[in-house]
Amino acid sequence: MRTAARGLRLVILAAFAVFFVIPVLWLILAPTKADGALVTSSPLSFGSFHQVALAWDHLDAFSDHIYRTWIGNSLLYALSATAIVLATAIPAGYGLALGNFPGRRVVLTLTLVVMIMPAAALVLPIFLELNSLHLIGSVLSVILPFSFFPFGVYLAYIYYATAVPRDLLDAARVDGAGEWLTFRRIALPLAKPIIALVFFFSFVADWNNFFLPFAVLADSSQYPIQVGLSDLLSSTPSFNPAQGGGGQQVNIFRPELALATLLAVIPVAIVFLLSQRALVRGMLGGAVKQ
Amino acid sequence: MSSPALTSTQAEAAHPRGLRAARMRGRRVPRGLPFIVPYLPFLIVFGIAPMLYALDLAFTNANGGVTGFRNFTRTFEDYRFVPAFQHIILYTGVWLGTLIVFVVGLALLLHGRASRASSAFRFLFYMPGALAGAASVLVWLFMLDPAVSPASFLLRHVFGVQLFVQSIAPGNLPFVFAMIAFWTGAGGWIVVMYGALNTIPHELEEAARIDGAGPFTIALRLKLPLIRKWIAYMTILSFATGTQLFIEPQLVNEASLGLVPDTWSSNQLAYQLAFRYGDFNAAAAVAVDLLVIGLLAAVLIVTRTGLFRRED
Repeated sequence: MRTAARGLRLVILAAFAVFFVIPVLWLILAPTKADGALVTSSPLSFGSFHQVALAWDHLDAFSDHIYRTWIGNSLLYALSATAIVLATAIPAGYGLALGNFPGRRVVLTLTLVVMIMPAAALVLPIFLELNSLHLIGSVLSVILPFSFFPFGVYLAYIYYATAVPRDLLDAARVDGAGEWLTFRRIALPLAKPIIALVFFFSFVADWNNFFLPFAVLADSSQYPIQVGLSDLLSSTPSFNPAQGGGGQQVNIFRPELALATLLAVIPVAIVFLLSQRALVRGMLGGAVKQ
Repeated sequence: MSSPALTSTQAEAAHPRGLRAARMRGRRVPRGLPFIVPYLPFLIVFGIAPMLYALDLAFTNANGGVTGFRNFTRTFEDYRFVPAFQHIILYTGVWLGTLIVFVVGLALLLHGRASRASSAFRFLFYMPGALAGAASVLVWLFMLDPAVSPASFLLRHVFGVQLFVQSIAPGNLPFVFAMIAFWTGAGGWIVVMYGALNTIPHELEEAARIDGAGPFTIALRLKLPLIRKWIAYMTILSFATGTQLFIEPQLVNEASLGLVPDTWSSNQLAYQLAFRYGDFNAAAAVAVDLLVIGLLAAVLIVTRTGLFRRED
């Protein structure tokens, strides 16, 4: 009876593991095969590295190396926005945790509400606002909204409110350090783990964001990779046999599309793997009140 | 809200010693305020102002005249409005159902016997989270194409799907989108639930075991009620997120050559009203509908679940 239950538990877990892992495996293997082979050979077989190189040549040639531009744009948007997030959110969390000024609770509550609200709910309002200011189509109309990241403020707030002893900061003040020096010399170096965490969440959120750049950018050379992928999808016959002729011209078939998808997630996958441990610990050990 | 701050200033005014101490430290601005100054413009310009501006647009016409609820009734009567909301409600319902049952179920299964296998499984479940956004949709478009899918046997013989267009038939879409959302997001929630289960004191479980409770009873009677708060949090948050669906139907629209309308979800409808018709007031009205859902959910979580800290 007990072994039966244990066996059933393993079977259920394994079945879900298959569901979660197989699509990823397929995506990794697909660019190793030619389009025809994807249909005829076993779905999880390996083709050859030569095919990967071939698929890359086709992808890279698409629209005058625009794939590289998209990846570069994504890096530019995500990294510059995350830099602004770190510069604004860490001090803000510190100020909210250890400060004492009128309106502190209002700022904190507003931050929390906007943080929990789905980001997509704000995209059209932001678009309408930027549109009235004639900022649509500018790179800043992506970077600046990305730079508002309330979750980062909340993470820093929780960290300073719970993990940094007030006495330590008071001691620094007694020793004559001003508010800025106390922050710079004591609070900031203590925030290293939280800086990593805020970097992770902000970078991933920006990299994966589709709706906002889709709404505010007009020129395809400004697209980040997420929007670029949708551009690529609509110009291939992979899912539309009706568009067969188009595919011949641009040489983008299923292996190229799979490779484009795979390369697009590599930066996030790297950040994911690097921060997996810290993330799981940080997400639960203090990010939220137990 | 700011009463603690006020009372402390009053206290300082009443006690000259406190006042002198404050002056000695050179405190002219309230402590902490300068640190939030760089953040405030972002909160105002990209958090508060867009909401207020959308509200303003929703209650006025193109010339700025106040129109009351006309934009709301007008968009409600649009032939695409009700279907779009039906789609996202059905999608969100399916997604929430699978999320609650499987996330809680899997977290309890993983927590039953802490082992190395358990952390390996958590990692495998969590991994697809790296493929969010357009990438996850593209992957699933391939998975749903019987010609190349590793699950083509299932598609052909269990679901009777021979062609890709049959996979994305309109009736299937809420389920397809729910599956994509579950695939990318469930692992993260399983990790969260597992962490919540870890906070349950061992003595409690031990006591139940001594009283003769089996693992099944412990899971359902002891552990489940103790993580209720987290389940509520996941449910409300996912409900709000689900209603905002945009990228999945947008990409399927592109992949299906218009077979799936580009106004399948409410957010798409709002987008099209702004972009195709230039009707910003109508777009704002639909955006405000969605904003209200998101705001209500957020306020509910902040004020009711007690999961988020707002005081020291």
